[in-house]
Amino acid sequence: MQLALREVTKRFGSLVANDRISLTVEGGEIHCLLGENGAGKSTLMNVLYGLYRADEGQIVLDGEVQSFTGPGDAIAAGIGMVHQHFMLVPVFTVAENVMLGNEETGFAGSLDLEAARERVREISARFGFHVDPDAVVGDLPVGVQQRVEIIKVLSRDAKVLVFDEPTAVLTPQETDELMEIMRELRRSGAAIVFITHKLREVREVADRITVIRRGQVVGEAEPSASNAELAAMMVGRPVELTVSKKEPELGAASLVVEGLTVVDPAGLVQVDDISFEVRDGEILAVAGVQGNGQTELTEALLGLQHHVLGSIRLDGRELVGRKVRDVLDAGVGFVPEDRQVDGLVGSFTIAENLMLDRSFGAPFVRAGSLQLSALQEFAEEKLAQYDVRAPGITTPAGNLSGGNQQKVVVARELSRELRLLVAAQPTRGVDVGSIEFIHSQIVATRDAGVPVIVVSTELDEVVALADRIMVLYRGRVVGIVPADTPRQVLGLMMTGEPPTGDVA
Amino acid sequence: MSTPHAAAPTDDRAGRPDGPHVMTTASPKVAIILGVVTLLLAAVVAFGSQTGDTTFRLSTRRDLAQLPDVTVPANATAWVAIVLMALATAEAVRRYLARTKVPLWLPAAYGVVAMIGFLAWAAAGATLPVIGLLAGALALAVPLVFGALGGVLGERVGVVNIAIDGQLLAGAFAAALVGSLLGSAWAGLIGAMLAGALVGLVLGVFAISYFVDQVIVGVVLNVLIIGLTSFMFSQVLAPNAATLNSPPRLGPVSVPLLGEIPVIGPILFRQSVVVYLLYVAVAVVTWSLYRTRWGLRVRAVGEHPQAADTVGINVLRTRYRTLLIAGATAGAGGAFYTLVSVSQFNREMTGGAGYIALAAVIFGKWDPIRATLAALLFGFASNLQGVLSVIGSPVPSEFMLMLPYVVTVFAVAGLVGRSRPPAAVGTPYRKG
Repeated sequence: MQLALREVTKRFGSLVANDRISLTVEGGEIHCLLGENGAGKSTLMNVLYGLYRADEGQIVLDGEVQSFTGPGDAIAAGIGMVHQHFMLVPVFTVAENVMLGNEETGFAGSLDLEAARERVREISARFGFHVDPDAVVGDLPVGVQQRVEIIKVLSRDAKVLVFDEPTAVLTPQETDELMEIMRELRRSGAAIVFITHKLREVREVADRITVIRRGQVVGEAEPSASNAELAAMMVGRPVELTVSKKEPELGAASLVVEGLTVVDPAGLVQVDDISFEVRDGEILAVAGVQGNGQTELTEALLGLQHHVLGSIRLDGRELVGRKVRDVLDAGVGFVPEDRQVDGLVGSFTIAENLMLDRSFGAPFVRAGSLQLSALQEFAEEKLAQYDVRAPGITTPAGNLSGGNQQKVVVARELSRELRLLVAAQPTRGVDVGSIEFIHSQIVATRDAGVPVIVVSTELDEVVALADRIMVLYRGRVVGIVPADTPRQVLGLMMTGEPPTGDVA
Repeated sequence: MSTPHAAAPTDDRAGRPDGPHVMTTASPKVAIILGVVTLLLAAVVAFGSQTGDTTFRLSTRRDLAQLPDVTVPANATAWVAIVLMALATAEAVRRYLARTKVPLWLPAAYGVVAMIGFLAWAAAGATLPVIGLLAGALALAVPLVFGALGGVLGERVGVVNIAIDGQLLAGAFAAALVGSLLGSAWAGLIGAMLAGALVGLVLGVFAISYFVDQVIVGVVLNVLIIGLTSFMFSQVLAPNAATLNSPPRLGPVSVPLLGEIPVIGPILFRQSVVVYLLYVAVAVVTWSLYRTRWGLRVRAVGEHPQAADTVGINVLRTRYRTLLIAGATAGAGGAFYTLVSVSQFNREMTGGAGYIALAAVIFGKWDPIRATLAALLFGFASNLQGVLSVIGSPVPSEFMLMLPYVVTVFAVAGLVGRSRPPAAVGTPYRKG
């Protein structure tokens, strides 16, 4: 089946998310859609899937112009989508999720669950998945959940498959397996659209590459193109892909964590008896697939978790059991993993966001009143210093792009006297230009002699920043290894395999 | 050096060498509540000592098989119950200290024992008609159960249905009016369902299409319907009571055979047709919700509307349709007031039953069967109040009037345990 998009345009108010985008995908080929976060890839695919209606342009399948009023039409036409945020109902079983919207029924609309189970087993067998049709989806690891998404799409006989950022939540090994599945699907004649911003994956499986920037197609590339070429096309200028940093000047081990255990409200142990230390002037990068205890670890460091056992000592002072404000006063800076939920108040101005954790006294508050002139001066200085692209300091933070929002958070955290910096996913959803800047700020903090913990699920970022790498798996430390450990070893460690041979 | 920041959790890692293990963080809630209630009852019995015997009558005069009355000494029985309650409390404390879960049968058995002890004390020197107490409890629970079913349906599809009370009241009003006009109780029942569905539709328009806060719309609707029906009552129904406010009654009908079973028969099977309709409604709602395509889609829309949308399910249409059914169900409950309980409509005659039904929804963890049981419990509490004041118990009737609400608060706060509402409840669905 051939899919063609012709001059598709989609606007949201004054923002043009897709500007006359055209592309074709043939059966039996993998077509990569490469672009930064916010370039308009997902919008385009949502138009294709009938979730959005295009303002202009056409979707053509095998020469026939389609007009989708909803995903139901797109599915009926043979388009299937594996969503970035899985479209699965967590409390349903695998079989129920697969059958939803496509149910086989018996007497008076009663569900034929057995048929759905059989369907899951049959497709699982065909692709070598091991998926129990009666497992509750919310209990499954993300990698398996993604397979359920794939089974769901295949059970509807899709001929065009769209994978929207499918590798964001996978380990390197799971990513390799997904690539193999995509090749298998290609062999069976499916047309595949693979959306990603990861260059390595593109070059591995793509037959053709289309690069999108700011809603427009900026060109096609060959899979043989180099990383630097692809990155330059994606960003629109040459990009420094590596972080330049000098050898660390290590000081005393100021942060000592011993036997740290975090239990969540449901009683699950999310961080399991982990111990490590970070020295002054050192970056410890915490690697691992999302959901292996990183969030709970960073929150425990800040005093945001309730059921914490063990000890966290900063400069010899115990932090476990202390209030968040005491922890902040001890000099801990925190870049939370979700800036829109924990990092910023979207409806507050940039200036107000810059003083969020300093509302207790001088210089911004005196006798209970805000010192607006001090705040204004401070905010304008930071705006310039951190290169935040915004109309002014009174712009609501929610109106900024992801990269600029993150710069505001980083500016706030680094403008205090720090004794420890905890940065969780510091560049998630941030444009490449801002990534460079934020990385250089983190390295500068380390060079100033502050211990730094960077949590990232992106192996590239971990390798680029780390002086040492700690890998977490199911809340436990798999190992702490030097920064030059081969990726393959790190990838295996992320699946729980301890490193062999010499480790630091 | 390690500072346990919370109640020290135990570790049951044994037997699960790999993978995330679970620590139980047990809650002392159940133990505390049981202890407080035991002490309260002990204080009441100690300070208000009763003399004489209490008779529990287990059959009615119409029964084929007459069960003998049970007579017990009032004070002694109460004290035996208190001792048993103290033992149950001790077991709950032991389980809390051992970090194991308190099984549901413990508070349930405790409740039955506490009730027997309390009744033995409160009805000292009198005869307590057990059958009448339970049958009356069922009758009082009927609107609550219909309302709770409506609430479960609404919330399962993702819309908070605070307007249950309005639906009950609108149903009661419509049943009286339509029933009187057409001279048919059945027509009144259908009118009640239509009226309830209409309230559901209005709720839907604001909550689904205009994204108005669902709780606010619901409360406003309730107040609006109180005003509307009171106005109509005083201006239209009351002056023409003979023609517009005297619907025919759906009296009790004894089911052959089933109605003759001792104890159960007179309680369950000598009721009005509306009660039998209720049995059917509970069964149908439960089966549809868990076993049919419709139910799967309803639950999907309430849990993850976007996922439902991406597989081609029309979220808004599903929500509207389910809200209409929910409204009709609650409306049928309203008909019970004017077609069964009393044969005429009165101002604010639901007395906030819709809110109790909503509590039953939460107490019942959004499950039709459990919500029904919860509603029955609330019905029992209300009827107890009536029965005790009739047989002249020493408990002031004002206190007894309070009882259903105390039970509601205790039930919702303490004994439900962890309950999880449908994930998308209260959130309007907007497309990108």
